[in-house]
Amino acid sequence: MTVTTNQTGITNRLLDLIPAASQPQTRKDYTSDQEVRWCPGCGDYAILATVQGFLPELGIARENIAFISGIGCSSRFPYYLKTYGMHSIHGRAPAIATGLAVSRPDLSVWVVTGDGDALSIGGNHLLHALRRNVNIKILMFNNRIYGLTKGQYSPTSEVGKITKSTPYGSLDRPYNPISLVLGAEASFVARSIDSERAHLTSVLRAAATHPGSAFVEIFQNCNIFNDGAFDTLKDRSSKDDATLRLVHGEPLVFGVERDKGIRRAPGGELEVCAATDDGVLVHDAHAAEPGLAFELSRLTGDSAGVTPIGVFRDIDLPTYDEQLNGQISDARARQGEGDLIQLLGSGDTWTVS
Amino acid sequence: MSGQVRDRQIHRLDRVVIRFAGDSGDGMQLTGEQFTSETAAFGNDLSTLPDFPAEIRAPAGTPAGVSGFQLHFSDHDILTPGDAPNMLVAMNPAALKSNLKDLPAGADLVVNTDAFTSANLKKAGYSSDPLTDGTLDGYRVHRVPLSSMTIDAVNALESSTGTVNKKEAERAKNMFALGLMSWLYQRPTDGVVAFLEKKFAKRPEIAAANIAALRAGYNYGETTEAFAVVYEVAPARMKPGRYRRVSGNLALSYGLIAAAELTGLPLFLGSYPITPASDILHELSRHKRFGIRTFQAEDEIAGVGAALGASFGGSLGVTTTSGPGLALKTETIGLAVTLELPLLVVDIQRGGPSTGLPTKTEQADLSMAVHGRNGEAPLPVIAPRSPADCFDAAIEAARLATKYRTPVILLSDGYLANGSEPWLLPDRADLPDLRVTFTTGPNHTGDNGPEFWPYLRDNETLARPWAVPGTPGLEHRIGGLEKADGSGGISYDPANHDRMVRLRQAKIDGIARDIPALDVDDPSGQARVLVLGWGSTYGPIAAACRRVRANGLQVAHAHLRHLFPFPENTGDVVRAYDRILVPEMNLGQLRAMIRAEFLVDAIGYNQVRGLPFKAAELAGVLEDVIKQ
Repeated sequence: MTVTTNQTGITNRLLDLIPAASQPQTRKDYTSDQEVRWCPGCGDYAILATVQGFLPELGIARENIAFISGIGCSSRFPYYLKTYGMHSIHGRAPAIATGLAVSRPDLSVWVVTGDGDALSIGGNHLLHALRRNVNIKILMFNNRIYGLTKGQYSPTSEVGKITKSTPYGSLDRPYNPISLVLGAEASFVARSIDSERAHLTSVLRAAATHPGSAFVEIFQNCNIFNDGAFDTLKDRSSKDDATLRLVHGEPLVFGVERDKGIRRAPGGELEVCAATDDGVLVHDAHAAEPGLAFELSRLTGDSAGVTPIGVFRDIDLPTYDEQLNGQISDARARQGEGDLIQLLGSGDTWTVS
Repeated sequence: MSGQVRDRQIHRLDRVVIRFAGDSGDGMQLTGEQFTSETAAFGNDLSTLPDFPAEIRAPAGTPAGVSGFQLHFSDHDILTPGDAPNMLVAMNPAALKSNLKDLPAGADLVVNTDAFTSANLKKAGYSSDPLTDGTLDGYRVHRVPLSSMTIDAVNALESSTGTVNKKEAERAKNMFALGLMSWLYQRPTDGVVAFLEKKFAKRPEIAAANIAALRAGYNYGETTEAFAVVYEVAPARMKPGRYRRVSGNLALSYGLIAAAELTGLPLFLGSYPITPASDILHELSRHKRFGIRTFQAEDEIAGVGAALGASFGGSLGVTTTSGPGLALKTETIGLAVTLELPLLVVDIQRGGPSTGLPTKTEQADLSMAVHGRNGEAPLPVIAPRSPADCFDAAIEAARLATKYRTPVILLSDGYLANGSEPWLLPDRADLPDLRVTFTTGPNHTGDNGPEFWPYLRDNETLARPWAVPGTPGLEHRIGGLEKADGSGGISYDPANHDRMVRLRQAKIDGIARDIPALDVDDPSGQARVLVLGWGSTYGPIAAACRRVRANGLQVAHAHLRHLFPFPENTGDVVRAYDRILVPEMNLGQLRAMIRAEFLVDAIGYNQVRGLPFKAAELAGVLEDVIKQ
């Protein structure tokens, strides 16, 4: 069934498998009756509001949306959405969502997870779900701390982090989540910020439009255990200089005055230059090879003074779901539907009279 | 002794146990399988026991690399693959060394003399040649140069399909051995020829070499005087109907496919390769036309997770594994318990703990299956009793899982998985109707009108409604946090938790009313000793009971399919006997449950040797208990 109430023209070959909403929806249609219990001031509220505001524009039947989460503050998310949902166990949401998505192509399946859930206890499932290109949309809230367990360092915490479990400073180097998932062959990789409602909405739209797995890192402030982790990227006075907004086909230019650009240095690495300099690169999210996307992922506030946000990579590859279900329909087309009794009696049989 | 074939005496036997043993690369499993197919086609009852190393290619010629296949066939119904072989085919010194201890005096022994080189003797650990040093005194030894005669037979081929090299020719020696045994036991070989032609369709010269070796072996028996007698085992009188031979893993795979059809749910298998369970993944992945989705996951946890996700979406979610994998799946199974979603967890038990004995059998995961989760997390546990019974056990597991919205653990084991027996094919009409109905509308009236309460239970079964995504108006959230009775909302209320823990337990306990009573086999009704078993020990225990009764003693046998909960009459059964003996391939896990549940002084007989019980040994144990 083709989406008919789609408000933005979002569609793709997999979205088309999902029944359309019978009438236009609003944010209220996606608000459950559960009391939201995140700490006051938590970045999760903003993300929830953005997602609730975005889902109606997808125009698909609400009952055909499922949110699967793991464990952690972010993983309470499904309770607050009036869709089907499962709050599962620590780190396993991508695996559970894989089974659901593969067996139900008529569903829009989303995973909500955090930096500890997705990158630490559930790291393996994240990588493999992305590698397979299962049609699930993974929203990873990265607050660079363990919140629900009250403040231990996480796999994205900076080296030397003083926490309850690391009173002398954390020792292990953090993951760069974008670099990590690009290495896992992810076909859609993006980053946004909890408080950037318009930007986050555009990234969610791009993820929903992408056929196959989508990984969206959302910088999220934990105002209790890691307050201000992303202030430079969010503060009105600094954010335009500190963030590089990636737009496919547009030059890699940023800054309050849009006077800075990204080019390749003589040694081959990316560097910040003047926007007017020769060689300013143009973003290509659809490049078959993830080289540029990976290089962009290496730009951080520490390394380059600028952090890219937006869609790093968005390429159209066959999805696991389509291919698996295609094998089934091919087999049925070639051999017909399976016949149980015929199957049981296949091979060598003999009759005793 | 009753007749002659071409100057040979014919010995009519009621049963034979034959074991093929050789190097892992000698094709002993294939040889045994083909001899078994001939035997099935001939109409004998049969039971098989493959026994192979965990290594794919252990060092050639050493005892560690020996692979064996034992077949018991008979003119009457039999229950086990046999205690001790009447005939051992030893392809090399290592095979002889590893297997001779199992061979009773007077038994037949065929040895491949070509393989008894000084190098091979050394690899096997023989300091002198057992063919000449008296080691084999007391056996009927048939010295056959299997390798060289195979090469001669293949070289004699005037093949239009091309030729094979010497190494390939020598590799056909297992077919020579099979041909010889086929002659000796008067088995038809047409099926083997057809098998070889199909298997080597792309290499017709290899097919021709193997067929030549097969025929040469058969003719060798017929034309030489190496064997003075041939043996004949008449077809068994079996229940009329159509049969096929089936291994436990194949029967289990078919049971899952049948369960999907009977429930009307699409089958989803999430699995990770592990011995001895992988064959179920292999088998199910072949049958795409049945709409089966198989998913080889990145690990055991993802396998069960994906299966649970599929169950949430309305599939029959299944995961298959062995002990170490069951350990990894524990947390997800606990989630399934509290989500109250159907999930089939198949554990093909192997020797443990840890990696243990991957290719050997054991029953030591029972305690883990029943008790091994955090919190109070009851679920049904069932076990098949024979290879063919794996079919029915899979259907029963699906019945309980879907009707009670619960994960179910099915405990098969390595012996059942790889062992095989004739299977009387079921009629479609004999299979139960397990159709599942999803909830499609509100089930409760709240302050704001009709609502859907995901934890509002059925009064009789205490099962919760199953509403799948895509159902309008029933959008709901479930999770691992404790849920409020009825509404399913998150609840930290102490009284609610206490109630929910008891409700989940009561739901599973109530299954005892929905399963067959424990049946007792006590032909005389005079027995004072009960043997209580479960799972794959059925064959050896039943065979042992027959022996005991044949000796004029009385014994009763009951065999549990449902390990949790027990059938309702289990307490009455165990209290009705003076003594209870519980033989298990573990250190007493069922025995502990029986003692704890029913306060009876059950005694155990326990072996963890990686092999099934021997009927004669068990019979001796039983007689000792009876006479005490």
